[in-house]
Formats: sequence, structure tokens, C-alpha cells
Amino acid sequence: MDLTSIEAVERPEGDAAIAARMGCFGDGDAWLAGGTWLFSEPQPQLRRLIDLAAAGWPPISADAEGLSIAATCTIAELDRFEAPGTWQASHLIGKCCRAFLASFKIWNVATVGGNLCMSLPAGPMISLTTALDGLCEILGPSGSSRKVPALDFVHGPLENALEPGEILRGVYIPAASLMRPAAFRRISLSPMGRTGALVIGTRAPDGGFDLTVTGATRRPVRVAFSYAPGLTALRAMIDVAIPPDLWHDDIHGRPEWRRHMVMQFAAEIVAELSEGAA
Amino acid sequence: MTFTVNGRKFEADPRPGQCLRNFLRDLGCFGVKKGCDAGDCGACTVHVDGAPVHSCLMPAARVHGRAITTVEGLADPDGALHPMQQSFLDNQGFQCGFCTAGMLMTATALDQSHRAALDWAMKGNLCRCTGYGSIRSAIEGKNPVSAANGQGACGRNAPAPAGPDIVTGRARYTMDTAVDGLLHMKILQSPHASARILAIDTREALAFPGVVAVLTHADAPARHFSTARHENPLEDVDDTLVLDPIIRFAGQRVAAVVAETEAAADAARSLIAVDYELKPAIFDPEEAMAPGAPVIHDKPAVSRIANAGRNIVAELHSEVGDVEAGLAEADVVHEGGFETQRVQHAHLETHGCIGWIDDDSRLVIRTSSQTPFLTRDALAALYDRPRESVRVFCERIGGGFGGKQEMLTEDIVALAVLRTGRPVKLELSRAEQFTLTTTRHPMRVSMKVGAKRDGTLTAISMRMLSNTGAYGNHGPGVLFHGAGEAVALYRCPNKKIDGYAVYTNVIPAGAFRGYGLSQTNFAIESAMDEVARSLGMDPFAFRRKNVVVPGDAMIAVDHGPHDVEFGSYGLDQCLDMVERSLADCARYPDLSEDWLVGRGMAAGMIDTIPPGGHHAESRIALVEGGGYELAFGTAEFGNGTTTVHAQIAAEILGSDPGRIRILQSDTDITSHDTGAYGSSGTVVAGAATQAAAEALAGEIRTAAAHRLGAAPEECVIGPDAVTAPNGRILLSDLTAGGGRLEAIGQTHGSPRSVAFNVQGFEVAVHRRYGVIRILRSIHAADAGAVINPRQCRGQIEGGVAQALGAALWEQVLIDGAGRVANGTFRGYHMPAMCDLPETEVHFADTYDSIGPMGAKSMSESPYNPVAAALANAIRDATGLRLRTTPFLADAIFEELVTASSSQMSRPEETESEPAEL
Repeated sequence: MDLTSIEAVERPEGDAAIAARMGCFGDGDAWLAGGTWLFSEPQPQLRRLIDLAAAGWPPISADAEGLSIAATCTIAELDRFEAPGTWQASHLIGKCCRAFLASFKIWNVATVGGNLCMSLPAGPMISLTTALDGLCEILGPSGSSRKVPALDFVHGPLENALEPGEILRGVYIPAASLMRPAAFRRISLSPMGRTGALVIGTRAPDGGFDLTVTGATRRPVRVAFSYAPGLTALRAMIDVAIPPDLWHDDIHGRPEWRRHMVMQFAAEIVAELSEGAA
Repeated sequence: MTFTVNGRKFEADPRPGQCLRNFLRDLGCFGVKKGCDAGDCGACTVHVDGAPVHSCLMPAARVHGRAITTVEGLADPDGALHPMQQSFLDNQGFQCGFCTAGMLMTATALDQSHRAALDWAMKGNLCRCTGYGSIRSAIEGKNPVSAANGQGACGRNAPAPAGPDIVTGRARYTMDTAVDGLLHMKILQSPHASARILAIDTREALAFPGVVAVLTHADAPARHFSTARHENPLEDVDDTLVLDPIIRFAGQRVAAVVAETEAAADAARSLIAVDYELKPAIFDPEEAMAPGAPVIHDKPAVSRIANAGRNIVAELHSEVGDVEAGLAEADVVHEGGFETQRVQHAHLETHGCIGWIDDDSRLVIRTSSQTPFLTRDALAALYDRPRESVRVFCERIGGGFGGKQEMLTEDIVALAVLRTGRPVKLELSRAEQFTLTTTRHPMRVSMKVGAKRDGTLTAISMRMLSNTGAYGNHGPGVLFHGAGEAVALYRCPNKKIDGYAVYTNVIPAGAFRGYGLSQTNFAIESAMDEVARSLGMDPFAFRRKNVVVPGDAMIAVDHGPHDVEFGSYGLDQCLDMVERSLADCARYPDLSEDWLVGRGMAAGMIDTIPPGGHHAESRIALVEGGGYELAFGTAEFGNGTTTVHAQIAAEILGSDPGRIRILQSDTDITSHDTGAYGSSGTVVAGAATQAAAEALAGEIRTAAAHRLGAAPEECVIGPDAVTAPNGRILLSDLTAGGGRLEAIGQTHGSPRSVAFNVQGFEVAVHRRYGVIRILRSIHAADAGAVINPRQCRGQIEGGVAQALGAALWEQVLIDGAGRVANGTFRGYHMPAMCDLPETEVHFADTYDSIGPMGAKSMSESPYNPVAAALANAIRDATGLRLRTTPFLADAIFEELVTASSSQMSRPEETESEPAEL
């Protein structure tokens, strides 16, 4: 929709210009990545948009160490990425892209960074990067840079680790995580609706399991096991990791159902990954 | 900034913050539609450098140097349609057509992988009319049903006259026009559910550059009216003001800003200072009618509110026979309560209108309405003007479903036009559609149904509690209709109905497809299923034993005389067809043992015409050159009645539907039309066209007979000429030299007949997840003689789809402060292609003695039996009786897990097994 209060759209080119603009970021300013959320709601408090389209960050690149995804990488670019055959967990990329409520058309515009920075429980790029031990790079106003694990980036719905004026530069996913066997489960209240619960499990070479719960909880939650847990232990551990008030409650699912589904999925994933190991 | 649109170079700069959609519309690309303005519906899809995007989300400033294609650029410059456009035309992959441009722009951008997962690929494009069946066929390039089957014009799949305009983006909807000097209106809505406005300070807003007027309750007429539109305004309550100092729901109009630009109106709206005195609000209808509850409308008897002191807008108490005695003699009694929720019409074109003063000093309103004539009358009454000084007309309308049988924007735009003397536009945003218009009436319906061991019904007792919200709107009509045919369907000597339509401080409810019947049908048909089950009787056999058949009296509330007759009867055929189809053994090898499978059905009856008189006039002329011109009042919003009118006229005049030029929905061209509601576009307005065409045929035969020296009854009218045994004369010769043969037909909507619907479902329910999957959807309809089978099937598929949305997902949620909590399509889940099954449609073979060309109504009624049929199938699968819609997994999973585990012989859950959805 038209953002009728906007007076100017700025388009800084390159890192230096962006760093300079960060230094004078103020009230009424907003960073424009894909714009697919920004333009979907009235934003009467905004006066200026600062478009990151000319930042010039390479969208996605891979080497032996891992995968670098720029914040401005579109979902379409990420989905097109062809992973090396040894990266067993790379099927999660396509599955997480398809976990968007939004259609493939939105992928042409929406960005990985935008999804992370929205910090909604159902953000599937949060699911992907947390499950694969991603590391977020955050740029500060003075040209500084800091790194935060993706698991610690999202603090709750619409809350994250960014300080005023900071921006997300990208996410780095280590190859070691991408090489793990991984299992994916997701459900929503309608067949292809907004995620109500999304659980990803990966199996470590030493036999441990990492379960990452998103969608169902207010922020991503990791439940780690050094062995394949039995049903009782699995449930108990999840209940310890996710206290009652951490289950998300909104129109896309009541907390009781989200918990129920996470329990179901966790058991299914452990079974699936154990099977693969046998 | 430079860019190209459909190959043409442009140099233009957007406003900062402007989205591409509005920028393109400013350039004249009206084919790019606004459905939600938030990226959810896909109606605005365009290609940017070949990639499909939602143009409402794309900053216009980003298209510098890029190539844009809109629906207007799909066809070759020489006019040859893109194959996808042709396929949408061949399959008639549209009804109202508002979503079509977006569908086309998405469909033409699909690659192989998208096509292999079509349901998924199309989830970003919403259609509210079709149920997606015809759209899927169009995209898959299926061979369309032949348009030329059968003899004559009726009974054929004649294509919609507007088709070529719809697939090319040329069809003009309400907002698709550029008006010089247009002012824009924005509404300030109340944040409070119950308040009194103590003061409004508009000075700052008025001083804002570009603002022309700020309207408050001080500017509005003092006359109370009803937003509901009926032939007889006395059926509705006069409880509404254009702007009211008393606030009765969160979202109610407080003031309106009229400005040179939308941006100025937006900005100035936030500068209006309102001083509210908060008052107690009440949200529950049972509490609202309890003694001592705050009175929401303190109004005199002249308002026609049934009991203002108890917040009861309308009530109903009736008994035929003796229900207590009937229950006493019953062998089984089912007693239970049912509840249906608040749902939105969600037509893709929001409410809106543009008004101006024409050269004859008349007030003209171009609007999105199902009732242009009644809206004209209402505006004339409201502003004390002669009827002749008001003109209301509709271009093509982007869906209605009852939501536009209501005056929700025209009243305030008229006020602004009369105040400023300038053209004014109000186009509701999707958020405003959710908070400023209407919903279906939420209802609580308590049932007691008794039957003897042999299945004979002995008593039906029903209590209805309808929540009409803050204003009466359609509250009385919906209550009375809900108490009607769903009960009259059953032959039962003892029937008792108590009903209340109650005010609460929430968004008003209004007319919506089914008009009360879907709510009571859910309760009654669910209760009947329970009774049949406890008797061990098959639900079809139980219906056959108890439903009315010709010769029975149709009784709901009394034995009094009425004008409803069995003009035809096809319920028996409908029951047979659904039963037969459901009984076909289907196998589902992909269903794991977690899925429980069940079958269920429900039936419905509906009067073919609303009660109390429904009027229509058609004028038809043979004009110079030998063509026909047909004018009628009823509006086209995807119902397909325009096609039907052309078919009726063509059938009678021996012509082809495509050769009849149509003018419609304009108070300037016919004298009156009650409106396109109650599925009356064919049975009432079509009957007027039938009468007009028959009269014209008589005139043509007489004129030809005179010229040929033959007897009129010897003359046969053909497409181009009239033939008699002794000669032939061209139609164009009959009107040579400016001659014109004309005839008028009128109808008045009485007597009325009854139409029937039977829905069957086979479902699978996941006993651990609570997820419901529809395996088969079967619908049989008795629509009389079907004038256009493809269109009628489309109405049924669309009605079932809309009802499935309401049965499974949709709900307008009200928060603790009385505000709508989910006023967006991403918060309000209306079905996408991936959500809906294909519905198998069957027609009964009947010919109605009352309806035009043997036809009956068939737009509203397919909706009605869907929720109950689904609940009955779920009951069959799981043992769980669902009593509240929607059947969301998160609401039902606990009960379901319990019910289905007791239903199953399997002792333990197999939780460690992987299961794929």
C-alpha cells in the first residue's frame, strides 16, 4: 500500500554510504530491505525509507567452511542455491522457503534478513538459520561489526538483538551443520497457512540430537541431546526447555495445540533420524 | 525515473512511499487491482523484468530502468490473446473477475516446477467466487465444456458477455475511472466500543494543506435510517445516522476528512482531536438482553426496534402443535447447542463509491452495490431530495455475497458531495472492510429434536440467539429467514421456535449468503444426524422419511397463508445422487492408520425469492440495424445473471446470446429493480426479461406479419430475419429508417417456489494432529431447469468453497476491548486453491412451473448445508460431535484425540512412528 507519510526514499550505495547513513539514523527513518512487510501495513510514524537495494552485498556464496547469506539475499535467490552433495541438511533450505505463508512471488522481493529482523515466531528463515547454528553479523553505526548466534538473535515476537541504528549484514552457516542428517516437520491450521509449529532435528556425528523449535514458541528454542532420547525423556526435556509462557499464543494456534504438535513432531524426528543411523 | 510498461517507455516519478500498484493505476493501468493492498491476495500481480511480484508491496521508486508487464500487456499488440487469457475465457475461469488479472499474471509466470505443484504455486492468489475449480482448469489448459451443447440459448454454457474484457483487464469496476478534480475521503474510526463524543476539534485538520472539508455528526442529517436495503424499508429498523455522536462499536465512523489527495486526508485524519466519554460496553448477546444491561439504542417505537430497553432488535415466538407432547411421545430426543461465528464476505473489491453533481444538478453515485435502485431511494429520502434528482449506477462489481445489499459508503459520500459540490471518492481499505462494514450474524442455536423408533419426527424445538452487533442492519430479516426453510423442510406436527436478534457493542452483522439459514441449518442438520444415529438409521433414509414432499404444507412458524409453492420438487433426486456417489468405494492408499475416515451429509431448502414483493423491470428493443438492446436493473457481481438474461432473451427471440447488447444496473435506464439479493437475479429479474422478450417477440411478429401479409402466428423469428410461409423479412428492415420496436416486462416476485441442496462429504481426520482432510465433496442441487450449467455449477462450487472457509478456518475475532483483532487476509484465513477439494456437482432434472424458463434460484443456498455435512462426516469418522464452527485443529485436537482413541480398537498411540502430512 502507499505509505503516505513518507517524504523521501534514500538509496545509499555501498558499505561506506550505508555506514554513514547509520550514523545519522533517527526517528521516522526505516531501513527498506524487500519492503514486503513495510508496505503491507500503514506506517504513519515513518518519514524516510533508506533502501538497502544498492548495498551491493553478494546475495549468497559458499565455500568449504560454510554458507554466507547476505541480509539482502532474496528468498528466491536462496531457494535457487545449489548445495554441494555432502551438505545433507541442505534440503532444509527448500523446505523452509516453502514454509512461508507468502507465495513464491513474494520470494522475488522478500529478503532473508527482513524475515530475521521481523522476528516473528513463524519466520522460516529463523527456523533455517537457528536449526543450522547460523551466526548473524550485525553492523553498527560506527562501522563496527559484531556476531550473534542466530539462536540468540530473536528475543521474542518483533524483538531481537539489534540496537537502534544497527542493521543485520548477513548470516553465516557452518558447513559442519549443513553436513548433518536433518529432519523437518511443520504444521499450520490450514494446509499451507502460517506456521503453527516447526521442528527441525539434526543428528551430530557423535550420535547426539539437536532439536530446534520455532513457530510454536515466542522465540527459537534449542533442545539438545547427547543420545537418542526415549519418549518420556524427550517430553520432559522439551517441557523443561519450553516453560508454559514460552509457547506462542495467537490466531495461528493455541499454545496447547502447539505444544502437542511439537511433542508429536519431536518423537517423529527422533525416530526418523535414529532410523537413518541404524 | 524511466521505465517501460507493456513495452511503452515512460518517464515519470512516483510519490515517495508510493507502491507500484497505485503508480501503475495513476498511469491508467486499471487492470491492476487492489484486493487487500497488503500482499496477501495477489490481485495486483504484475511482472517486473519478467518476474511476478505483488505490486502493492513493491516501492514504485524501485522500477527505474525496469520493464513492467500488466494484464493489459499480455495480449499481442494486434489483439491476439495470450494462450492463458484464451484458456481463462474458454474455461470461464472467473466469476466477478476482480482477481482475474492477478491470476493471469501469476499463471503466465509459472515454470515447470510451479505447475507440478499448482495448489502451492497459486496460494498467493485469492478468489472468493469460484472455489478455484474453473481457475485450475484454465491454468491446466483443460478442454473446456462445449458452449454449444443442446438446442436453443437456454441450457447452454453461453459465455459471460464480459469475458473478453475481464481477461484483458479492460473490464471497468467501481474505482476504475479517472475523475477530474476528484477529492478523497478518509474515515476516522472510533477506537472505543461504547462512548459518547463530547467534542471534536477539527481546526488543525481543516488547516492542513489540501483539506477541503471535515465532516462530523454536526454536519449529518438528523434522520435515522437502516443501512440494510429491502424493497420495503419498514422491514428494517431506523437506528443509524450518517455520523452519530454516540459510539456503539469500535470502528464506527467518527468523522470524515475530504481532501485533494489521499495523503492529505490520511495526515489530516490524525489531527482530529476527539473527546470521548467512555460508556459501559457489552459484547455477549445473552448478557445484553438480560435485565439491567446497558441500553445500546435508547430509541422510540417509531424506530421499529422490538424491545429497545432489552437490546432486542427483533424477536420471534411461535409454536405449531404441542412440542412438549411431541417430545413426550418421542423414543429418542437429541438436545444440544450449536454456535456459528462471525465471518466476513471478503469479496475482493472492497466497498466504495464515487459521487458527483452532474450537469443537471443531480447527485450521481457510481457505486459497488447489489441494490442501486434502493440505494437511490434511500439517498433521496435521507437528503430530502426528489428521487429524480439522484442517479445511482454500478459498473461491474467485484463480488458481493450480500455485503453490498447495504448502504455503507454512499450515504457519507453523498454528504461530502452535497457539502463540497465536488466529486468525492471513498474506497475502503481491506482493514476498513473488516472493521467498518458487516459480517455474518454469529448465532447460538439450541435444538431439541424428538423422533419415534421408526424414525418419524415428533417435535422440533429451536431457540435462536443472533448477535446483530451495534446496529440493526439486517438483524430482523436474518432472524426470520433463519427460522424459515431449515425448519419447514421437515414434516413434523410439533414445532416451536424462539428467536432473538440482540444488539451488542461489536461490528454490525449484515446480509450474507444464506441469510440466517446457514446458521440454523448447521444446528438442525447436525441434530437430525444425531437423532438418526441414535435410531441406528441411515441419514439419507431418515431424511426421506421426514422431509416435505409435494402435497405437504411447508410450515416453520405458523399455518398462515403464504405464497410459497412446490413449483417443482427435486429433493428426492438430490438425496439419491449424493447417496449413490458417496457410496462409491474410494480407496486412499496414501492415508496412514492415523487417519480416520467418515462420511456425512446434510440437506437444505430455500424459497426461490425473498418474501414481501421483489420487483424488476426489463426493457428490450429491436433497434436500427436489426440488433437487440436489453436493459435491466439487476447488477452483475459475478453471479452470471447477465449471461442468463441474454440467454433468456435469445431463446425467446430465436437469437444468439452474444448478439444482445446489454445495459444494466443504472437508475437512469429502467424504472425499478429491487436488487440482486436473495438469488433473485434469474428468477425475478430474469422473469422480467422473459416477459419483455415475449412481448417484443409478439410485436416483431405483428410487424413482420403486416409487412409480409401473413398471420403473426405464422411468423418465426430467426437470428437475422422473420420467416413466414409466404416470405421473409430481415430484422434490420423492420427497424430501417430509425424505427425501433420496444417492449417492457415487469415481475413482482410472487408466487415463489422452493429449491433444494444436498451436500455430502467423505473426510479423513488425523487422530493425533486434529487435522481434517476432505477426501470427497459431493453436491446435488435442484435448481429447476438450469439455464447455464457451467455458471450454475460455478455458483455451487463457489458457495461450497465459501462455506468450507467458514466451517474450517474463517473467524472475525473480537478482542477484549471489542475491536476486530484480525482484520487482514493474513490474519483471516479465507481459502486459497490449496485449501479446497474439487466439488462434484449434480443437478436434479426438474422444470419449475413458477420460475422463468423452468429455472429456480441457486446462488445462496449451496452454502447452507456444508458445515453440517462436514460435521456429520467428522462425527462418523471420529465419534466427536462438533458444535461450534470453525473446526480448527487447535480447538478440537484434545477432544478429538480422546474421542478417536475410544473410537479405535487400537490401544496405544504410535507416537514414535514418523508420519507425513
